[in-house]
Amino acid sequence: MSTHVDGNALAGPLSEMFSVDVTCAKGTCAGCGDTSVLAEARVFVDPMGFVVRCSHCEDVLMTVIAEPDHAMVELSGLSRLILTR
Amino acid sequence: MSGVWKVGVVTETHTETASARSILITIPDWPGNIAGQHVDVRLTAPDGYTAVRSYSLASAGSAPQVQLAVDKLPDGEVSPYLVDELRAGDELELRGPLGGWFVWRPTDTAPVQLIGGGSGIVPLMAMIRSHQDSGSTVPFRLLYSVRTPEDVFFVDELRALGASPTIDITFVYTRQAPVDWPVLPGRVNRDAMEASTFAASDAPSVFVCGPTGFVETVADILVELGHNPNTVKTERFGGK
Repeated sequence: MSTHVDGNALAGPLSEMFSVDVTCAKGTCAGCGDTSVLAEARVFVDPMGFVVRCSHCEDVLMTVIAEPDHAMVELSGLSRLILTR
Repeated sequence: MSGVWKVGVVTETHTETASARSILITIPDWPGNIAGQHVDVRLTAPDGYTAVRSYSLASAGSAPQVQLAVDKLPDGEVSPYLVDELRAGDELELRGPLGGWFVWRPTDTAPVQLIGGGSGIVPLMAMIRSHQDSGSTVPFRLLYSVRTPEDVFFVDELRALGASPTIDITFVYTRQAPVDWPVLPGRVNRDAMEASTFAASDAPSVFVCGPTGFVETVADILVELGHNPNTVKTERFGGK
């Protein structure tokens, strides 16, 4: 895939780890402080998984790996997640 | 749970364009879905290699039958199989319904502006069908960008909707327009959007779906036209 998609594509992979739909949560970028809905983040699809970048500063927010034997979410670029009930 | 893989059975396929077709799938334990949601489809090769791709649903509601409409990417790992190989009676692994952001509910009260490029029409079609099925009287407008008249998905259904008082449909042809079409082929631009979409002062909910470049262009124009970015929801599927 030559270009990015967006956070909507994470709904399936993240459903393996979270019981709520995290793509509707707002995430705060640890780099620039922007707070946006995860569904609107830039998502780069890689054979290994997904690299999720801030739509404002392009810093990596999270990495999602979906391998046959394990799933992993690396979240160090997000300082917080806010979920509206 | 939406994240569990389910097995559906293909009941029907229908040619939409030279490179695309819609696929009806019955999923016994399907919980129903909101308009705009998607599924992940998983194909497994004999050697165990798997490929997963997301496809929007063109259907909405509680029925255990869903509709996908898939455009073939020539070098794709999944779409050529779905478009060329899959037959009625075949099984398909899916998980969903997925995604709670790019959705429209019949209880929503704002006017709705839909803007689709190519196969980006698919989740917008689910919203149009949900709107029609629910009897919602919220005004809908659709701006649908296609290369040529032969590239229109759901062509008969959209033509029939021309008579509906609650939806207004505008086509933009980017490469070749019908012979009597009043404007030259060209990409969606500010003039086309000002002429045929709800103004920011109408406070519409806006849904934009298509290739990433299309979505970014349209989203930028919407901001120029004064739309609040918080009322614009986007779904990008990559590509050019």
